[in-house]
Amino acid sequence: MTERRKTDLVIVGGGPAGMAAAVKAYEDGIRDILILERDTALGGILRQCIHNGFGLHRFGEELTGPEYAYRYEKQVREYGIPFMTDTMVIDIDENRTVTAMNKENGIFLIEAGAVILAMGCRERPKGALNIAGRRPAGIYTAGTAQKFVNMKGYMPGKEVVILGSGDIGLIMARRMTLEGAKVKAVCELMPYSGGLARNIEQCLNDFDIPLMLSHTVVEIHGGNRVTGVTIAKVDENRRPIEETRQYIPCDTLLLSCGLIPENELTKSAGITLDRITNGAVVDGSRETEIPGIFACGNVLHVHDLVDYVSEEAVIAGEAAVRFIRGESVKNADIRLKTDGKIRYTVPQRITEMKDTTVYFRVSDVFRDKKVTVKAGDSVLISKKKQKLAPGEMETVKLTKEMLENAGAGELFFSLED
Amino acid sequence: MFDIAVIGAGVVGGMVARELSRYKLSICILEKESDVAMGATKANSAIVHAGFDAKEGSLKALLNVKGSEMMEQITKELGVKYQKNGSLVVGFNDEDEKTLVELKKRGEINGVKGLEILKGDALLAEEPNIGETVTVALFAPTGAIVCPYELCIAAVGNAIDNGAELKTGFEVTGLEPIEGGYRVFSGESYIDARYVVNCAGVWSDNVAAMAGDESFTVFPRRGEYMLLDKECGGLVKHTIFRCPSNMGKGVLVSPTVDGNLLLGPTAENIEDKYDTSTTAKGLGFVRSSASQQVKGIEFGKVITSFTGLRSVGSTGDFIINVPKPHFVNCAGIESPGLSSSPAIAEYVAELLKENGLVLEAKTDFVAERKPAHWFRELDIDGKNEVIKEHPEYAHVICRCETVSEGEILEAIRTNPRPTDVDGVKRRTRATMGRCQGGFCTPYIVELLAKEMGVPYDQITKFGGESYINVGKTKGRV
Repeated sequence: MTERRKTDLVIVGGGPAGMAAAVKAYEDGIRDILILERDTALGGILRQCIHNGFGLHRFGEELTGPEYAYRYEKQVREYGIPFMTDTMVIDIDENRTVTAMNKENGIFLIEAGAVILAMGCRERPKGALNIAGRRPAGIYTAGTAQKFVNMKGYMPGKEVVILGSGDIGLIMARRMTLEGAKVKAVCELMPYSGGLARNIEQCLNDFDIPLMLSHTVVEIHGGNRVTGVTIAKVDENRRPIEETRQYIPCDTLLLSCGLIPENELTKSAGITLDRITNGAVVDGSRETEIPGIFACGNVLHVHDLVDYVSEEAVIAGEAAVRFIRGESVKNADIRLKTDGKIRYTVPQRITEMKDTTVYFRVSDVFRDKKVTVKAGDSVLISKKKQKLAPGEMETVKLTKEMLENAGAGELFFSLED
Repeated sequence: MFDIAVIGAGVVGGMVARELSRYKLSICILEKESDVAMGATKANSAIVHAGFDAKEGSLKALLNVKGSEMMEQITKELGVKYQKNGSLVVGFNDEDEKTLVELKKRGEINGVKGLEILKGDALLAEEPNIGETVTVALFAPTGAIVCPYELCIAAVGNAIDNGAELKTGFEVTGLEPIEGGYRVFSGESYIDARYVVNCAGVWSDNVAAMAGDESFTVFPRRGEYMLLDKECGGLVKHTIFRCPSNMGKGVLVSPTVDGNLLLGPTAENIEDKYDTSTTAKGLGFVRSSASQQVKGIEFGKVITSFTGLRSVGSTGDFIINVPKPHFVNCAGIESPGLSSSPAIAEYVAELLKENGLVLEAKTDFVAERKPAHWFRELDIDGKNEVIKEHPEYAHVICRCETVSEGEILEAIRTNPRPTDVDGVKRRTRATMGRCQGGFCTPYIVELLAKEMGVPYDQITKFGGESYINVGKTKGRV
């Protein structure tokens, strides 16, 4: 017979989000917690992020990825919070029954009092980009290359072109260079980079690696291994301009073209996803539309700093504890809408009258705009910003008073001149 | 001396070898690549055609209808997924309707059962997501889908289990007639065989020429495809063809047996037999044609695109003959080659018999092969039974397709054994999901290296010099 157990709080994913949520839930008094991690150790993708720059907001110092993860792992261990590694969750249903498998327990079911989804995200693969040409060896996502170099100690190539200027791509441009490879160019389809400004400075400019904005890879060449790529400039509609085609010899193409929250399990539970974030639609406590199932971290929306991931996990952890104790408060029903210049907000709805921080991203680079929040005609917030970019997550704080004055219905987020 | 040398381990070579392995014959399968199913077999429409396309009286028509009838049984024996989902050839105007009526007539002459012209509500009832401008369709209930490389792997594996030998990396470079057969060279090395069966796909004219037969040529016809995420697999139930033109059957939209949605192919005659590149133009064409045939295709959910090269013979029909004693051609096997492959195998056996080969049935021939996907088909209790004995079946390596270490190790240890990452992919589906190997490739490389007892950086994507890694870090590149 298949083993069936009961647990107050099941956390799917033992990366920074899952661990921070577990620690918060423990500190708030819940003891019957289980973290399920599919990899061989806690830490999530931070384990392979051996560069520094993590933790400035949260700990006031610069840590490497493994150091940041270890701060939380240490707490998990000290508190004695149970976790299972090498354990894959294969299903979650709307009744919060979690199906998981590992070598020791086989396939087993857990009836959870509450579930926190913290599965993180994955990289957009080559296929999704529909690049023409051959399909030789030597094409990897930046994260796969990072795993080969940092975890396995092997070089995926010597002469590299990177498509996409996401943060992992930028980090890998520097990493490959430090390991003796030649990074010939970073091509970015958009007229701006989606990566953090500090990464462009420290990973590209410091190493004289050219960032070619409004450029893309139009063809991959090679037989067994990549032998080169053809790149081209793109017009304002992102279509390649024929006469700008140029060939760059290389043996490796790394892709850093965006991250996609890994929401297969969320979907299996029947939870609606936000078409923009590709994560669940949540309220201020990071609760999805299914009561008792929460989401936080990159599975909810892609963050640029792990510090924000931890911050969000604390919200989910705290709310899950309240849910388990039957103390959740639902005394509001406010939808957050955006004008498109603001691409999305998290949360997408507010169900409790309390101070709420709203995270958002913009769709393009904007200068000298006012971040405006309106309830009907009344302006609740109008905050001047010199520069907003898609790569940098922004926040606004809504106070309880603002929400009460706004009443029910809708809050509208926009950028005004 | 072998009784039989089969040149080419595609689906045709595989099925021929498997058919001949029923008999008391020593068989050697020669393949130039690192694995079987590396040519047109790994990149085609994965369709078992009903048999209405081929011109009546042609070998194509004969073998398609027969092969299609045999396919259900043979896939059952070999443990290969097969689904009789039916097909619809859709038309957009009166002209197309005339063509479809002609096709129906031709199909009936060829012996295809159950053909029907559908319109309006009857058509919508069969396929609710049919394109809005579609006015008419030819319905063929016997159309089916199968996974071509899975079929080929299973056929070769079954042939090996029944005594055949597979030599990979054996690119035939010369044929020399010897007493009672041929010496088949690959560079310096060679094997001797009494009979040679040429199943070399796009290269079959080159191989025939080595035997002195220059009566035909084969050229590659490029077909570009897009494969969509499993989320989209349910968009259509049937295989949706477009009313045919002189360049073939046009673009199709079809579910695959593994639950993805497949769009393609283009049809472009080219010269380079190595050129499996995709083009922006080709993929654009697939996109626009598919959108007319079926509505609601989410092109944002494309997970990969690829190109297959069909081997188009200069005669317009399959070229299956005996141009020289002891030498059989199986050439120009373009569509409906996959559908015909079981019948081609029987036809070849018959030809060999007519040419003096004695076919004496083995008493210990085993027709069945354990399905590669047996573990996934079990219910939870069944899986737990297995896991108790073999815990590695509970260790998930490929997250997107939920493929365990146990399944990967089993594939690596099962004939025909894969030696590279793509070989593991075709046998287990690991790396074939939506992340396309982003997470699991490093682990698969590790499992392969360990099983094969070679260094991590010697593992390739698809044999040859297609190394995944080029050396160790810390300047030791």
